[in-house]
Amino acid sequence: MSSLTNEQLERYSRHIILQQVGGKGQEKLLGSKVLVIGTGGLGAPATMYLAAAGVGTLGLVDYDVVDLSNLQRQIIHQTPDVGRPKVDSGRETIAAMNPDVEVHTYNERVTAANIRDIIRDQDYDFIIDGTDNFPAKFLINDACVLEQKPFVHAGIIRFEGQLMTYVPGAGPCYRCVFQTMPPKDAVPTCRQAGILGVMGGIIGTLQATEALKYLLGIGELLTGYLLTYDALTMKFRKVKIPRNPHCAICGEQPTITELIDYEQPACDLRKH
Amino acid sequence: MSETKADAAIDITDVVCPITFVKVKVALEDLADGQTLAVHLNDGEPIENVPRSLKDEGHKVLSVDRQADGSYTLVVEKGGRA
Repeated sequence: MSSLTNEQLERYSRHIILQQVGGKGQEKLLGSKVLVIGTGGLGAPATMYLAAAGVGTLGLVDYDVVDLSNLQRQIIHQTPDVGRPKVDSGRETIAAMNPDVEVHTYNERVTAANIRDIIRDQDYDFIIDGTDNFPAKFLINDACVLEQKPFVHAGIIRFEGQLMTYVPGAGPCYRCVFQTMPPKDAVPTCRQAGILGVMGGIIGTLQATEALKYLLGIGELLTGYLLTYDALTMKFRKVKIPRNPHCAICGEQPTITELIDYEQPACDLRKH
Repeated sequence: MSETKADAAIDITDVVCPITFVKVKVALEDLADGQTLAVHLNDGEPIENVPRSLKDEGHKVLSVDRQADGSYTLVVEKGGRA
């Protein structure tokens, strides 16, 4: 028998009507656990759509507090939240939106020392990289490869965005494509370069879409592909990317067997 | 009395579209292919939409009977595609 209540049948009716979802698919979502690392431009919309979709357990990781300059794009936070930890305001937005969702917050920066424990804390099924800096992106990739967890990478800047999905054993990881971090200052941060507010909405929502498809086991994921988007020209490009057999983390003879913290400074690195 | 022959029964006269179809769909998910479900539904939107949605998903509507009170009872066989 279906475990869905009448209220859930109504709340998720537009999902359940879909042939690829149905009541069973909705039950799967309610039983799923997604970890969102970074509740900023990408993580805010991704989290909100996953919460609305009824993903039953969401983990939010962020060490930062809400800044007035975040509100132009980080729609999970509201004006009265300025100065409050992002994970707290994220939790409240989700609670108001959908009481079916259990939220776990981690008010800390992901590091080599804690990231595997955070992933294991609720044995998350899928991870969303909503971070804004290369050290975190490489750390998330390496942690997910070592933990054998699928995740979706994304990056946004100015009018451009990109994303790709890693599924253990099914395709390349982020490091297969981008072997090492770019040198310091080679790539501007969003604070230096600016970003159109909607970019996080577009790319973060695509990340949420990948998560939902993975959890439901439907459609084709961006495994083995990098999807890029240019808002000015309205061009999406889906670039095929091969697995690198010599990849330092997921290759045949990996040289990275444990995590280390990389040193490039973060976009939002701030003296507290 | 087609509903007595069905493997399961559901009353959706207390809900409106699209929850009508949602409830039938979820009830069908609990059945095996080839099993039947008797559905008690209202005239109007439900009887116009629910049979069509069932056919769209590959189920087979075996019978539709109008009741004395103006409501309907339909029997649907679960199809392999859904």
